[in-house]
Amino acid sequence: MNSNIWLITFADAISIATPLILASLGAMLTERSGVINLGVEGYLLMGAVTAFQLGMGFGNVWLSVFAPILVGVVMALVHGALVISLRANQIVSGLAMVIFGTGLSQFLGKSVEGERRPVSIEPIDFGRLSDIPFIGPVIFGHDPLTYFTWALTIVASLYLNRTRPGLVLRATGDAPATVDAQGVSVTAVRYIHTVVGGALMAFAGSWFMLARGTAWSQESTTNGIGWIALALVVFAAWRPLRAILGAVLFGFTLQVPFTLQAQQINVVAPEMVKMLPYLATLFVLVALSTPRARRLLGAPKMLGIPFVRDER
Amino acid sequence: MNASPEAVKGSHRSGGATLFALSARSVTKRFPGVLANDDVDFDLAAGEVHTLLGENGAGKSTLASVLCGLYRPDQGAVLRNGTQVRLSSPRHGLQHGIAMVHQHFRLVDRFSVAENVVLGDKRLSFFIDQDSINDRVSRIAEEFGLPIDPLAVVGELSAGQRQRVEIIKALYQGAEILLLDEPTALLAPPEVEKLFETVRTMAKAGKSVVFVSHKLGEVVDISDRITVMRDGKVTGSVGRGEADTRKLAELMVGREIDLSPRKAKAPAGGTMLKLHNVSLHRDGVAVVDNVSLEVRAGEIVGVAGVSGNGQRDLAELVAGLQSPTGGVITVDGREMNGAGTREMRANGLAYVPEDRLGTGLSPSLSIIDNMVLTRPRGLLVDRKAAGAEAERYITELEIKTPSPHTATRKLSGGNSQKVLLAREIFAQSDTTKVLVVCSPTRGLDVGAVETVHKVLDEARTKGKAVLLISEDLDEVLTLADKILVLYRGAVVHSADSNALDIEKVGLAMAGIS
Repeated sequence: MNSNIWLITFADAISIATPLILASLGAMLTERSGVINLGVEGYLLMGAVTAFQLGMGFGNVWLSVFAPILVGVVMALVHGALVISLRANQIVSGLAMVIFGTGLSQFLGKSVEGERRPVSIEPIDFGRLSDIPFIGPVIFGHDPLTYFTWALTIVASLYLNRTRPGLVLRATGDAPATVDAQGVSVTAVRYIHTVVGGALMAFAGSWFMLARGTAWSQESTTNGIGWIALALVVFAAWRPLRAILGAVLFGFTLQVPFTLQAQQINVVAPEMVKMLPYLATLFVLVALSTPRARRLLGAPKMLGIPFVRDER
Repeated sequence: MNASPEAVKGSHRSGGATLFALSARSVTKRFPGVLANDDVDFDLAAGEVHTLLGENGAGKSTLASVLCGLYRPDQGAVLRNGTQVRLSSPRHGLQHGIAMVHQHFRLVDRFSVAENVVLGDKRLSFFIDQDSINDRVSRIAEEFGLPIDPLAVVGELSAGQRQRVEIIKALYQGAEILLLDEPTALLAPPEVEKLFETVRTMAKAGKSVVFVSHKLGEVVDISDRITVMRDGKVTGSVGRGEADTRKLAELMVGREIDLSPRKAKAPAGGTMLKLHNVSLHRDGVAVVDNVSLEVRAGEIVGVAGVSGNGQRDLAELVAGLQSPTGGVITVDGREMNGAGTREMRANGLAYVPEDRLGTGLSPSLSIIDNMVLTRPRGLLVDRKAAGAEAERYITELEIKTPSPHTATRKLSGGNSQKVLLAREIFAQSDTTKVLVVCSPTRGLDVGAVETVHKVLDEARTKGKAVLLISEDLDEVLTLADKILVLYRGAVVHSADSNALDIEKVGLAMAGIS
């Protein structure tokens, strides 16, 4: 009984890590190109409400998986137009997207508040593999999105570290002028990764509706996971593979209080866990805006700084 | 005005028979308010080392930028091997084998040498094979005598090594013509020697090198030909052996210039500024490391060193902008530890920062208002007196400005520096005892350099104690009575100017003692 509940906690931690990983991969790709996108929470909510409402309307699970990606692309294009083309303040634009995403998703979700989810993605049945002690229930038995996310992380890591466009991406965040001098468009690199990043963030949002939650609820759908994802980017030092580790750790932290509560052990009040996203927000803002912290953490050097070609 | 007009215009074109690797024909380039290149001709033969010599603002960097494709000329043409090319970008220039190494390196600090070299290479396979790129980079490095570890992280390399990476990068990209923009600006003398060796190796291998420089002294040896520019025009071009520094200087400046050494004429007085074991630690690193020095009234102590060796921090410590983490700073016998800029000033210290527009002057305020800035504080400002004072300095120091009400940001570098010097040195000449001056002539033309040096010399004659911190070794040698060399925040060499071993100073600047 007792060990069982801990197994569930582990499994849940790995499960909740999925949107965390996806969202922080998105933020990572964006930030590696030198663009900060603090709007993650807004993208998650918009992705979630899109998946839910389309599910209500059409009942097609594939539509609910892929449509949120388009929503993310559109939101990221707006962010890109503001901060890359018009060189607006990236922090402000990002925060505006959070407010916008929260408000719009609230509006769009009003009619379905409390409704049961219309479509879902079911866990994969691994058959006998699930019977392996500990590993079975913890590693196997998740939904396909989770395994897709793991694969995607490995792909992202290879892309970043082993490929030519990955090299250019890393250089763009660190020294855009150098990239520009090589005849590569900094603007293009930044747009592409901001858009792909935004798509991943909104895609992560759909997970909440398809694999996790059973009903739409504005209040408790994402629970500030977007902010934790941003903290995770810093924690993982902008490296995809480390994000998996960090996400599981964060996931565990999010789950443990509930487990303890179920065991009648009240060490940490669940309210304390609810504070975590806000602490994460503070952490992110301090980490990204103090030059010294940025240097120590290994942030891309030109993160948040618009590129202007140096001409007379 | 030109020394020998007929020898000038034709450069080294002999009857048009030779085919030049790269030429500029009647190139004109305008920037808002400036005619940067005015009908300029330039010819570069294959395997030649050709120096473009001129003062700051003479248009030589502009010409180099036109030649490499960074700027497009308003009029005129660029010829590669005798045929006209229209270069739309540096990338396009590279396709014609033309590469420029900029004064400020375009490198990614966090990348390895090899990664930097191959960055932007579109021939590279999608997946990067680290071993193969390391091999290719090593091979090029060896071929041209540029020893470097392809795996080294660029951010940890010295300025000279970084420049080597830039050159390797250009060669990797297939450059036949290298334009080096002020390549010696950031190098210590021994590194300059190494660079020259590399340039000779490249020339032997048939590459052409254009050396863009304003340092007359060092280019004569390395150049096969020197073309001199002034005010956007070519004023002369001389081949190897015909070069004579006096003549070149005249071509550069258009008049005779007195840059002969200025030294103290009277013995120095009492100690006015004293630093005893002063240190500053930042992030656990000693950026200023146990520095002790003394400056007496009526002498100039020069602090030489390659850029980025703690000069700025040292100046800010003395000026009271930062507090030392160890040691004692004494001004006129009073310990000033922890004193802010205001107390420092009250105790007779004036400060001419390196960043003259921004730290030194307020760019949007007028000359008069800038003069008033450092006055003892009161409620009301006496603009009238300040106005008269400003007028006087404008005449005395030949500050070129439409009026004393002009915002200082509209002045040229030389003129804003004169305003700053006027305020710091003359405005409170009775109370100022110590003068801290940082790179006072950076970016100035030779004429303004002459004035600034004259002003500093006068301050010394009037009995001020002057601490001159400059990255320009020639400047320190010209003015200082005592010379210290700063390397990684520590004084590694010190000597009196009359018992000076220049070679030792050079080695000390490179950290070799």
